[in-house]
Amino acid sequence: MGRRGLAIIAAGLLAFVASGCTSQKTGSGGQPADGGRIKVGLVTKTDSNPYFVALRDSAKAEAGKAGAELIALAGKFDGDNEGQVAAIENLVQQGAKTIMITPSNSTGVLGAIKNARDRGVLVIALDTETDPKQAVDATFASDNTEAGRMQGTYVKAALGSKAPKVIMLDGTPGSTVSEQRHNGFLQGVGLKDGDAAIVGVEATNGEQNKAQTATENLLQRDATLTAVYTLNEPAARGAYVALQAKGIATQVVIGSIDGSCQGVKDVKEGKVVATVMQFPKKMAAQGVQAAVEFGKSGKKPSGFVNTGVTVITDKPVSGLRSQDTSWGLQNCWG
Amino acid sequence: MTTIKERSEFILRTPAVGPAIALVVAVVVFSVTTDTFLNVDNLSLVVQQSLVIGTLALGQTLVILTSGIDLANAAIAVFATLLTAKLTLESGMPGIAALLIGIVVAAGIGAVTGGIVTGFRLPPFIVTLGMLTIVTAVSRIYASGQSFPVDDDTLGFLGQKQYLFGQIEVTYGMVLMLVMYIGFWYALTRTAWGKHVYAVGNDPEAARLSGIHVRRSLLGVYVVAGVIYGIAAWQALGRVPNADPNAFQLGNLDSITAVVIGGTSLFGGRGSVIGTLVGALIVAVLRSGLTQAGIDNLYQDVATGVLVIAAVAVDRFSRGRQR
Repeated sequence: MGRRGLAIIAAGLLAFVASGCTSQKTGSGGQPADGGRIKVGLVTKTDSNPYFVALRDSAKAEAGKAGAELIALAGKFDGDNEGQVAAIENLVQQGAKTIMITPSNSTGVLGAIKNARDRGVLVIALDTETDPKQAVDATFASDNTEAGRMQGTYVKAALGSKAPKVIMLDGTPGSTVSEQRHNGFLQGVGLKDGDAAIVGVEATNGEQNKAQTATENLLQRDATLTAVYTLNEPAARGAYVALQAKGIATQVVIGSIDGSCQGVKDVKEGKVVATVMQFPKKMAAQGVQAAVEFGKSGKKPSGFVNTGVTVITDKPVSGLRSQDTSWGLQNCWG
Repeated sequence: MTTIKERSEFILRTPAVGPAIALVVAVVVFSVTTDTFLNVDNLSLVVQQSLVIGTLALGQTLVILTSGIDLANAAIAVFATLLTAKLTLESGMPGIAALLIGIVVAAGIGAVTGGIVTGFRLPPFIVTLGMLTIVTAVSRIYASGQSFPVDDDTLGFLGQKQYLFGQIEVTYGMVLMLVMYIGFWYALTRTAWGKHVYAVGNDPEAARLSGIHVRRSLLGVYVVAGVIYGIAAWQALGRVPNADPNAFQLGNLDSITAVVIGGTSLFGGRGSVIGTLVGALIVAVLRSGLTQAGIDNLYQDVATGVLVIAAVAVDRFSRGRQR
């Protein structure tokens, strides 16, 4: 009998999975007897991107130090607003006193955030701002426009007298971070969208593979470029591979943003000239500290807390403060 | 050989008992293993979390019953959200009109898909794969890298909450999904249209010999499914009042998951929409329950994947036994 068979298999599976629950748990025991541990929720964009993994691990470590319990959830892909909403709802159900979120979309999860705040939950945005900013209690993030501007400023200085001829490797179409970095870069390098100096703009979703393909195709169009803007380090690696294949990697200034340990190594090896480091660990740690403070004293953080960005390069340019790659390797993430 | 009539009688009597038992077991297991799962608020949330995929899965069930498969359903719904949102935001159109246009366009895309499938006798898998690619691209072109927050009572209507007995949170979206499922359960089991859908899925040749307009039935199913995807777009705006071209990238596969776990056969002609409803709830219960139990998202995906394979294996096994 198929139906009975299905039921038995399904029941067995569920029992198996559920019994796994109790042994799989990290942090606190299976039955929280509300022993005064502060519950902090974290909702990241995805749980596969190394940046968010670093952010999550840092939050876990900080929570461990403070004796708080961290519950980390995530969307399934960049842009999974529905998944983030469900995660917020689940965290409220589990009694999280604070929810930290890196919103996939600056307006996509406002309703769920409002519901959580109406129930007295402290909501902190990490890494990415919401729109309006007042939708959350506080934001701990780097200024992405500033990060883009620094990359642009560096590229302009590194080119010196050479005219900029740029390809731009953006992230996911519609992503707030992607737009802010893109616009910041243009400000820094002194160009506008649509200028002839911009050979092409491609969406790479921040993936090395797509970035390589995009660069290869753009090089077919015009191989005399002088610089590449990349939204993140995987995109920079993709661009480097494509330029290397053409034998022009050393003549082109590749700039990037992120500050992952792999990215800093790429700078050290000369594949990428400079990268702008962000500090996800700092964001997460400060967020958890604020959450613990709120749990103890009821004091809420507020406003925009800028966790800063730093240019990492072994070829410093005048007029722009930077750190070398050995400093970078000590402070990188991932 | 049994006759079509007898066979379809047997099929129509096949209830969604297996999945229903699994759902009850899941609820019981999580109620015992966590202390946050079993409460009115949470159970209501689980249903709310299943609305979009549950609605997409209803249309998917119709297509799968005809032994097709629809990979474009979530993409169509996302396009409908963008269309609806942009019409209200940029042309100042009233929400209800924009919504109807969204539903009509979704039905139109269904008609094109169905027309190609029946007209050229191409496999639905390939046609809807192409449609998925086209519609996703068109959505991104149309959205030009933006997402559109909507603030309109009609568009957000399905997300509005009412309280039964003062404490059970019910959204209009929940009511609508239930009404749709009951409606389609009735149409599939008690009307000639429904019998034709099953017959076409079972054996198109036999259906044709018994006087059913196979192509017309098939085309109709794709159009009706399109309408349902348009309504799924409305559900999506009720949950997240923001039309985002990057949303629901896995909605097509999630809806197939719900259908399969609900016991509907991918070979066509066997299954029920009630099973799919249960399947969608099982997926939502698993996600919510495992989350409350502190299990990592990725392990949740493992559990869901195992369940899908098990469900198909059971289907195959039970089919083999009948032949």
